[in-house]
Amino acid sequence: MREGWRRLLWPRLARALVSPPLTDAPPVPPEELVQALMARLEAAAQARLGRSLAIRQVDAGSCNGCELEISAMQNVVYDLERFGLRFVASPRHADVLLVTGPLTRNMREALLRTAECTPEPKWVVAAGDCAVDGGIFKGSYAVEGGIEAALPVDLLIPGCPPTPAQLLEGMLALLEAQGGG
Amino acid sequence: MSEVLLRLVRHGQEQGCRPHQRHLLDRGQWAALIAAIGEDEGVALLGLWADPAQVHAALMAGEAILIASCAVPEGRYAALSPARPGAVRFERMIRDLWGHVAEGGLDQRPWLDHGRWPLTGPLAARPAPHAMPPPQPVFLPVEGEGIHQIPVGPVHAGVIEPGHFRFHVQGEAVVRLEARLGYLHKGHIGLMLGKSAQVAARFAARLSGDSTVAHGWAFAQAVEAALGLEPPPRALALRALMAELERLHNHLNDWGAICNDAGFAWLHARAGALREAVLRAAAIAFGHRLMMDRVMPGGVTDDLMPAGAAAIGAALDAVAAELPRLGAVCDSHASLADRMVGTGVIAPSLVHAFAAGGVTGRASGRGFDARHRPGYPPYVPTEPAVLEAGDVDARARLRMTEMEGSVRLARGLIEALPPGELTLPLPQRGGEGLGLVEGFRGECLHWVALDEGGLVRAVFPRDPSWLLWPLLEAAIEGNILADFPLINKSINASYSGVDL
Ligand code: SF4
Repeated sequence: MREGWRRLLWPRLARALVSPPLTDAPPVPPEELVQALMARLEAAAQARLGRSLAIRQVDAGSCNGCELEISAMQNVVYDLERFGLRFVASPRHADVLLVTGPLTRNMREALLRTAECTPEPKWVVAAGDCAVDGGIFKGSYAVEGGIEAALPVDLLIPGCPPTPAQLLEGMLALLEAQGGG
Repeated sequence: MSEVLLRLVRHGQEQGCRPHQRHLLDRGQWAALIAAIGEDEGVALLGLWADPAQVHAALMAGEAILIASCAVPEGRYAALSPARPGAVRFERMIRDLWGHVAEGGLDQRPWLDHGRWPLTGPLAARPAPHAMPPPQPVFLPVEGEGIHQIPVGPVHAGVIEPGHFRFHVQGEAVVRLEARLGYLHKGHIGLMLGKSAQVAARFAARLSGDSTVAHGWAFAQAVEAALGLEPPPRALALRALMAELERLHNHLNDWGAICNDAGFAWLHARAGALREAVLRAAAIAFGHRLMMDRVMPGGVTDDLMPAGAAAIGAALDAVAAELPRLGAVCDSHASLADRMVGTGVIAPSLVHAFAAGGVTGRASGRGFDARHRPGYPPYVPTEPAVLEAGDVDARARLRMTEMEGSVRLARGLIEALPPGELTLPLPQRGGEGLGLVEGFRGECLHWVALDEGGLVRAVFPRDPSWLLWPLLEAAIEGNILADFPLINKSINASYSGVDL
C-alpha cells in the first residue's frame, strides 16, 4: 500500500508544483455594475465587509442546474477562494446569501429564517433566471416568482443557469464595490 | 408467475399507449392485479401517478413493460403499497396533487403538500381553496432507551438541494432516518398541461438540471411514440453523445465528491478539473455547458458545432488518460477503503423490491440499464456491469466503470455520426406514449397523453430518484451519523426530480 502511494501520488504532486496552474485568469466585473453596487452600499449606509466574503448558498426551488454551476465555481479552474470568497456552512457566518430558484411556497419560510440568521450588513444575490423573476416557473400555484417576493435583492445574475464565470463576475463585483467605496 | 400478471393486465381495455400498452382495468381486475403483484417478487413497480379520472401504474415483468390504470370515481382506489412499499410516496404524492385517496395505503401523511399552497389538490378536476396554517409535520416514532432525534434541513450546510432529514440516533448509530421532501415543489405537471410538446419539453428539461439531457430525451421519446414518429438517425446519435457526456460529467462529480467526503480532497480536485473540461467541450460543441434544451421532440435543435468534435475528443482523451491513474491512487489508500468498504450497504432484496435503477441498483446486483433493456436506438444492447456488495465502495467503483463506458461510447458516436436531418416536424394529432431513457442515476420514465390538437392532456415525468430515496433510509440504518454525507453522496438522489 505505502509503495503504491509513493509511486502514484508523490510524483504527481511534485509535478503539479512546477507545472502551470489549471486555474483561469480572473474575470473583470463591468464598471457600471460595481458603481451601482457601491451606490447601493452607501445608500444603505452599511459598514464595509472587507476584502473577503463568506457566502451561504440557499436553494429556494432550483432545478439543481444552478447549484451545479455554483459548485463549479469552487473547482480548481475557477478557484474562488483565491479571491477571498468562500462558502460557509452557517448563515450566521455569512456576508452573502446566494439564492437560486423561483422561490417555492414550500421554501419561503426556510429562506426567511436563513436570512434572519444572517448578520447585517449582508448582500442578497439572486442567481439564475428562476431566482430573478420565477423564470419558466412563473405563474405556478407553487411558486412566489423570484427571490424579491420575500427579500430585498442587491444583485441579480440571470442565466439558465448562469455560467461559473458569470457567477464569479457577480461575486467579484460585490468585492470591488465594498473595496472601492 | 409473471404470466398470470400479464394476462390479468391484458384483460383490461387497451388505451393505445405506445410502445408499451396501457390497459384500463375495472375495480375487480385492479384488486386482482395488486394481489398478483404481492405474490410475485419479479414484478417491478416503476411508477404510480394519476390524472383527474384515473390512477396509472407502470409495471415491468420480465421483458414486458406495461401500464395498468384504474378509474377513481369517488376519489378512491385500492392502494398498491401493501404489495409494494415503494408505492408509498407515490400514493402520498397522488393524494396531494390529485386528491385521490389510496384505500388501505400504508402511509396517509401528506408528502408534497406542506400546507402552503393557496389550494389543495391543485391538479384535481376541481381544486379547493386552502387557507389553513401549515400543519406540523409528523415523523414515524422510534422507541428505545437513549434514543434522541436530530433534525437537519431543509437548508443544509453545503451547496445542496433542500430537504429535511429526521435522524433517530442511539449514541453514534442511526436507528432510523426519515426524509421529508417536497420543498422544491414547483408545480411541474400543472405547468406542462395544455402546452404544446415543444413548450412542455422545456419543463421536462428542468425537472432535475443535472439530468437535463436524459429527461429531455425521455420526454421527447414519449411524444415521438405517441405520434408514431421516428427521429432522424443523426438526431439520435447527437442525443446519445450528449447523454454520455452528461453521464460522464455527473459521474466525475459524484466520484470526486465521494472521495472528498471520505477525506481525500485531491481526488476531488482532479475529478473536478476533468469535469470542467467536459462541460467546456459541451459548451463548444452544443452551445450550453449542461446541454439544456438541445433535445426537442422530433429531434435536436442544433447540429454539432464545427469545433465541437475536436473539443469533445480532447476532453475525452484527458479523461481517459487520467481516470485509471485516479482509480489507482484511490485503490492504494487504505484510509479511503476504510471509509467506503462496508459502509451504507443496501441489500439486493431491497433494490429488487424497490426496483432501484442506475448505479445504486447495479451495485446491489440488479442489472437493469434502460439502454440495454428495453433498449433504444442508437444504443447496441450490452449487459451492464453489476456488483453485489451494495456499499459506498461498489457504487463508486461502478461509476468508474461506467465513465470508461461513456468515453468509449462517445468516441464511437463522434467517429460514426450519420449524416442527414436533425429534426422532423411534429404532426398535430393526439396520442399517448411512454419514454424510458437511462440517465446517470437510473432510468428516466416519461408518460404523456396528447389531445387532438397536439397539446399535453396528461403527463408524468418520473425521475429515477423516486426509487432511490427510500433506499437511502435503509442504507444509513446502523451506520454512524458521521457517515451520512458519504452515504448520501454515493446514492445522490435528486430532490428537484421527485419534488416535481
Ligand atoms: S435558472 Fe435554469 S438552471 Fe437555474 S434553477 Fe432555474 S431552470 Fe434550473
